[in-house]
Amino acid sequence: MSELFKNRHVTGWLMASPLVLVLSVFLVMPIIMIAIVSFWGATEWSIYPAFQFDNYAFLFGSDVTYRVFFNTFKYAFITWVFCLGIGFTAAYFLAFHVRSLTWQVALFLLCTIPFWTSNIIRMISWIPFLGRNGLANSTLMSWGVIDEPLEWLLFSDFSVILAFVHLYTLFMVVPIFNTMMRIDRSLIEAAADNGASGWQTLWHVIVPLTKPGIMIGTIFVVTLVMGDFITVRFMSGSQSANVGRLISNDISLLQYPSASATAVVLLVTVLLVIGILLRFVDIRKEL
Amino acid sequence: MEPRPRSFYILAAFFALFLLFLYGPTLTIAVLSFQGPEGGLTFPMRGVSLHWFRDLFQEQAVGDIWGAFRRSLVLGLMVMVTTVVVSVLGGLAFRKRFQGSAILFYLIITALVIPSILVSLGVGLIFSQGGLKVHWATSGFGSQLTWTLPFGLLIMFAVFNRFDRSYEEAARDLGASPWQTIRHVVLPIIAPSLIGVALFGFTLSYDEFARTLLTAGSYNTLPLEIFGMTTNVTTPVIFALGTLTTLFSFAIIGVFLVMAWIIGRRRKRAGSDAGKGMI
Repeated sequence: MSELFKNRHVTGWLMASPLVLVLSVFLVMPIIMIAIVSFWGATEWSIYPAFQFDNYAFLFGSDVTYRVFFNTFKYAFITWVFCLGIGFTAAYFLAFHVRSLTWQVALFLLCTIPFWTSNIIRMISWIPFLGRNGLANSTLMSWGVIDEPLEWLLFSDFSVILAFVHLYTLFMVVPIFNTMMRIDRSLIEAAADNGASGWQTLWHVIVPLTKPGIMIGTIFVVTLVMGDFITVRFMSGSQSANVGRLISNDISLLQYPSASATAVVLLVTVLLVIGILLRFVDIRKEL
Repeated sequence: MEPRPRSFYILAAFFALFLLFLYGPTLTIAVLSFQGPEGGLTFPMRGVSLHWFRDLFQEQAVGDIWGAFRRSLVLGLMVMVTTVVVSVLGGLAFRKRFQGSAILFYLIITALVIPSILVSLGVGLIFSQGGLKVHWATSGFGSQLTWTLPFGLLIMFAVFNRFDRSYEEAARDLGASPWQTIRHVVLPIIAPSLIGVALFGFTLSYDEFARTLLTAGSYNTLPLEIFGMTTNVTTPVIFALGTLTTLFSFAIIGVFLVMAWIIGRRRKRAGSDAGKGMI
């Protein structure tokens, strides 16, 4: 029996070994490396090993850091609100109002296909809509709603958040739909039989039972937005910043130690947020 | 069937708007990529032509996009195969709890939530400090795996959570060795979900930007090339490229979906011998 017991661990590790190898080399070691380099020093063209807290001191001593972190949370929160609202409504429609399974699957696939296409192209594709002479402005002007083109449609916080919602709402739709499909339909009937209105059923039965899906969607959306740098750079026309952009700016100036220090703080922040969210959901149970 | 409530029509309209929001911009650039030679990045259309598509095939106009496409394609296939193999093995490993499996699980979650630029930065630093050259097929390949593997593994976890173990027991009772059980019973049953894993592996790699930014080296992958174009190309040629690569993605997704559908149908037809008696 003890032989068998030993075997279980050995075979487990054997089968997981390729996974362990990849994650050690390309996830754990890079994180350790970033942590080490965050204490190094830099000249204008090179970096040198050291053990100094200058990078962190500079980071925490600068107003820019706090503003940029605030901006990052702001983007994450606003995007989350919209993704949740839109994602929940779409998933609710699919799960409870579409009656045939074939249609459910087909419409669900329509929601997920953009996920498998290029994010950069999807960002670029907003330009003809939002630009000064874009579709939105020309339509609004032809309706007489506005007299001059709106300047804040493209290269603003508005376009950044619009792009985030556009890119990431399906990360809400998929887990919420998945959880909703597993809700026992007799519970809905029971609620109706007991005289609950549609809204009451939605609020007191469906929403509580959908919470795990909402949490998983939230984890995706929040981490993707907090770790982003390219959407903010592209959609704000380099006018707004979040933490990711702070890091990528340092990288382009070859200031790897200071980029690493910012990266460490960002990683800790993201993991804290995820740690809090994971208290509300057991991911392994929800798969 | 009861009549549809009014809320159905409101929600259906909402859903239609959502789909329009998802696909509208992509369709717009598809239309704009047929701009005439004088046309710009926005409407109105100044004539209809294939001018910008033709431009794509002239190296000097757009740089090395075909080389970039080839590299992205090869890299996507490499990542796809690796993701499928490693995810299946990982999924099998996680069916039984082993010492340290909880830590490994949290590591997978970390790979999923870590800001992508950290992977790029960290891998780039390791290679530069180790005196190695970054290359899309080594450092780029590994960096992309940290993004595709968590998805592959989550799919495998979901599959094995729903897996009926009595099939395996039956195989064992009939004298199958552990390897035979996996080869002839487990793998055929999970085969359709492997198509899903492969789809994730290929498309996520093909479109990945941030993780390859500092790890691809001197030869760009297609998303890097496209991003480079956004800063210096101001003609609809970028829409033409966007349209082509989106069409390519759709074609890939289509192939995978059709494969999954065919396997499902074959299984329905030939998978069960129930009711056929012992003749």
